[in-house]
Amino acid sequence: MDDAIIHRLWIIAGVLAGLLIVAPGLIWLERRMLALWQDRYGPNRAGPFGLLIVLADTLKLFFKEDWIPPFADKFVFVIAPTIVVVTVLLSFIVVPFAPGVMVSDLNIGILYFLAMSSLGAYSIILGGWASNNKYSLLGAMRGAAQMISYEVFMGLSMMGVVLLSGSFSLNTIVEAQKDMWFIIPQFAGFVIFLIAGIAETHRLPFDIPESESELIAGFHSEYSSMKFGLFFVGEYLGIILISSLTVSLYFGGWLGPDFLPPLLWFCLKTFAFICFFILLRASLPRPRYDQLMEYGWKIMLPIALLNLVVTAGVILMYK
Amino acid sequence: MFSIVRSLWITFLHMFHKRETVQYPEQKNKLTTRWRGRIVLTRDPDMGERCVGCYLCAAACPVDCISLQATEDESGRRYPEFFRINFSRCIFCGFCEEACPTYAIQLIPDFEMSEYNRQNLVYEKNELLIDGPGKHPGYNFYNIAGVAISGKGKGENDNEMPPIDTKSLLP
Repeated sequence: MDDAIIHRLWIIAGVLAGLLIVAPGLIWLERRMLALWQDRYGPNRAGPFGLLIVLADTLKLFFKEDWIPPFADKFVFVIAPTIVVVTVLLSFIVVPFAPGVMVSDLNIGILYFLAMSSLGAYSIILGGWASNNKYSLLGAMRGAAQMISYEVFMGLSMMGVVLLSGSFSLNTIVEAQKDMWFIIPQFAGFVIFLIAGIAETHRLPFDIPESESELIAGFHSEYSSMKFGLFFVGEYLGIILISSLTVSLYFGGWLGPDFLPPLLWFCLKTFAFICFFILLRASLPRPRYDQLMEYGWKIMLPIALLNLVVTAGVILMYK
Repeated sequence: MFSIVRSLWITFLHMFHKRETVQYPEQKNKLTTRWRGRIVLTRDPDMGERCVGCYLCAAACPVDCISLQATEDESGRRYPEFFRINFSRCIFCGFCEEACPTYAIQLIPDFEMSEYNRQNLVYEKNELLIDGPGKHPGYNFYNIAGVAISGKGKGENDNEMPPIDTKSLLP
């Protein structure tokens, strides 16, 4: 094997290990941050700052009874939670963590990401369907409708960035932001992308497929033990993915002043967005399902289209 | 849209507020004196048991967690032969305290009585009795009641008149 392949394998292993360590760590981070914003302390007993709660949570998930309901479609039931983790992890292939530190610089990076996040919707639909439970099915239906409709203008909002940088490759997009981060010319696109991203990861306030207060837990109400854990990990990986994509597309990715290495810049920016996701959870109530759809199709889609047209026009004018 | 940003900002500011949590085993909440916690049996100022074994607490108890057996000592004072409270049943309602005519049974501000063994929650009289008058210092039932015990006949208390001879017609 030549050195390039070995180098690539090291990067894959590093990214995989990093993500799978950080994703459960986010459970701790989320609980601590939520507590911070609700004037509490959060988990602070096990280990320094309660960090060992991650270990305890993981162990608890492993030792819980792994129960498959007798009325469930067993094969689909088992396969559903893996889909979300696999698709999200595959999406990380195109994320540029630092110059040279990315698994593969696909020239269709953004399209690939969109395709993978669409596949992620299968996890919810299949999980809800296989559970053979009214609430799960309702959650799955909501999830499917939400993810498909929000994907539409998520893609459209990213097109502004593609127009500005002239490439679908995330590496090129990051490098195109050397002089100016795309947040400035593409502010509307950024806001739409962020909202769509929240809906895509079905995080609060758009956690309508789960909505524990009305649908118990939506599509994963029948799941227990590590199968539930996979949905959980998938959700947190989704947060990391959307945060890192937002950073790469609009906040200059690993670009930053020289006193910190590029990888650290990327991690810092991503961390800020992860915290923002948690802040959203801490402060906003969940909209009704029809409000969500109305919001998506009647407001976000026209704005995304307008943003695209105006960006294209301005680029044509100055060319 | 503005209200969303505003609520985000307000939530963010909560980061700098004071924490509401009381770190329990290290920090403790101040309990008021009327807090209904562990039940104790108190004593007179002269260290005699206050409980006269009237069974009113056991009758008042809605969950029947009190059991006792009254008896009498050689001086004529009634006292409980055994007094047993099953704290695994007790709901800390305080009815026993209200029912008690001699201020003997009292609820005190202490709730840390967890046990690994359920049987250890059954408190016997020696565990319930404390060496003090509790919330009613200076109160001594036999110094107020008109009951005769050895060393104190009827009508010999302070603020008490000798008993009226009901057989006599004289005023």
